[in-house]
Amino acid sequence: MNKTMNFIVDLRMRHRKQFLSMTFILSLIVCMLSVAMLMIGNTIYPVSDVVRVLMGEDIKGATFAIETIRLPRLFAGLFAGFAFGAGGYVFQTMLRNPLANPNVIGITAGSSAAAVFCIIVWQASNTVVSIASIVGGLATVLLIFGLAKGASFSIGRLILIGIGIQAMLSAVISYLMLIGNTHDIPTAMRWISGSLNGAKMSNLSPLLFTVILFVPIMMYFGKGLKILELGEQAALSLGVHTNRTRLVLIVSAVMMIAVATATTGPIAFVAFLSGPIANRFVGTSYSNIIPSGLVGAILVLGADLIGQYAFAVRYPVGVITGIVGAPYLIYLLIRINRKGKL
Amino acid sequence: MKRTHVYEATHLAAGYENQMIIEDVSLTIPSHQISIIIGANGCGKSTLLKTMARLIKPLAGQITLNGTPIQKIPPKPFAKILGLLPQSPIVPEGITVVDLIGRGRFPHHTFWKGWTTEDDEAVAEAMEIMGVTEFAHRSIDELSGGQRQRVWIAMALAQQTDILFLDEPTTYLDITYQIEILDRLTDLNKKYGTTIVMVLHDINLSARYADHLFALHKGKLVAEGAPSEVITSSLIQQIFDLQCIVVEDPIAKSPAIVPIGKYHQVDSAR
Repeated sequence: MNKTMNFIVDLRMRHRKQFLSMTFILSLIVCMLSVAMLMIGNTIYPVSDVVRVLMGEDIKGATFAIETIRLPRLFAGLFAGFAFGAGGYVFQTMLRNPLANPNVIGITAGSSAAAVFCIIVWQASNTVVSIASIVGGLATVLLIFGLAKGASFSIGRLILIGIGIQAMLSAVISYLMLIGNTHDIPTAMRWISGSLNGAKMSNLSPLLFTVILFVPIMMYFGKGLKILELGEQAALSLGVHTNRTRLVLIVSAVMMIAVATATTGPIAFVAFLSGPIANRFVGTSYSNIIPSGLVGAILVLGADLIGQYAFAVRYPVGVITGIVGAPYLIYLLIRINRKGKL
Repeated sequence: MKRTHVYEATHLAAGYENQMIIEDVSLTIPSHQISIIIGANGCGKSTLLKTMARLIKPLAGQITLNGTPIQKIPPKPFAKILGLLPQSPIVPEGITVVDLIGRGRFPHHTFWKGWTTEDDEAVAEAMEIMGVTEFAHRSIDELSGGQRQRVWIAMALAQQTDILFLDEPTTYLDITYQIEILDRLTDLNKKYGTTIVMVLHDINLSARYADHLFALHKGKLVAEGAPSEVITSSLIQQIFDLQCIVVEDPIAKSPAIVPIGKYHQVDSAR
């Protein structure tokens, strides 16, 4: 008995150590990328200047560039990345399938389509467009879950219906872009490919508020999420309020993703990639909401830096994450095909 | 020693979407004993077990735990008294044995109270009882069917409930592992007085391991009691539509059935 105790305590400590140290390393990378985001631009400022500006000192040129351009861009990337990563992880874990994800099943497409519709057809204001995109995301989730319900709920069917809805919404977006006024197209473009361009501090508060409100809620229900992974029956017999847990987690994840989409546009594949990457690094013993959020932030900030400065032409962040994410989706599809199960 | 509970169902009816599977079943689960539910495929064994474990809402009737209707007990306190091993639980990818068994501690945790030594002890104890300590560090995907089933039962044991339900814990396992699992469950019952209720397919093993049998036929409870009273050729004829003779199991001295078939009649056997 004592030997068994020592053995399992040792194993548990090892899992814990891996989780904590890896989460720490991920946070460190986020910090480094954040500093880089503030340093790099048309002019490169040294760390000392960045620190002085943040402390409130007025440095000619640097203050303007950092406070009005780079800081909002950093915050948008950081919080949107976190929201996409954490929200995606919650979906993937709850539905026990990496494909069951806001990107793949069309929740982000729902947000985009609603926003593009408002811009092109109604020439609506920014606020209306943002609200429409959030409502669009939520409505898409309801539609997908409603259609997937049927006689018995199946995750495979949910994913297939989601992919179908995603295709339909993409068609709607393409159609709207074709009939739209030329001067509306650039505004609408932002809703199709995610970008941190034009981020303003004044527009960021809904995103900041949503992330700060919903992340603790998600973490509270995170333990239940790890039990839901074992299936409905096991979760019920372990005393999880399964319906309540699922509802709260879905609403939190969708709100975070929809508001992030309303702020930066759909940054391709971040919600899809973050969870699996985080799981690989920190292990699967704990609920990986925070690590997935950190990976999401790393992907967005890293991809933005690459998109802005690695090539002769500047690419929006969504193009870069798309290039990274698509091969992973293909890899996953091939693997699932081999396993023969969706 | 586990606590004694009065766990009763009265005039229970259950099923799915207006299709009645269980009709008017009244029973009391004998505390500190091993009860086994037997019956033909589709007779409602699993449905009865799941309804009793609160996984399915009854369509009519009532289930009470010490006089309280079970739907009035909050999930976590209920999960500290009654645990259920589902028929086909889902294995999350890459999960290790120790991690999975640890999840059985969920009902004992609150938001403020994290993992304690008590939890470690419960996991260690569950591992020893089911003999899975040696592969505690391995991933579930690497284990054989029999080992896997022992790990799942260990998870239910780590929950440390007074009553344990198991939905076909031996299905798809080789006979060696069937015996091993039933022996370990008997250990558990003898050592701690855990009340065990399970669904089994094999009548002879059921008769051997059960203190109490519940015989179901088309959703109705047709007989219950000690195996020696319940297992008769007329009951087997009724619930399985099978002719057989009942003999004494030479090892366990429990009743055992020997089926009669088209080519194997009583006369031709002589």
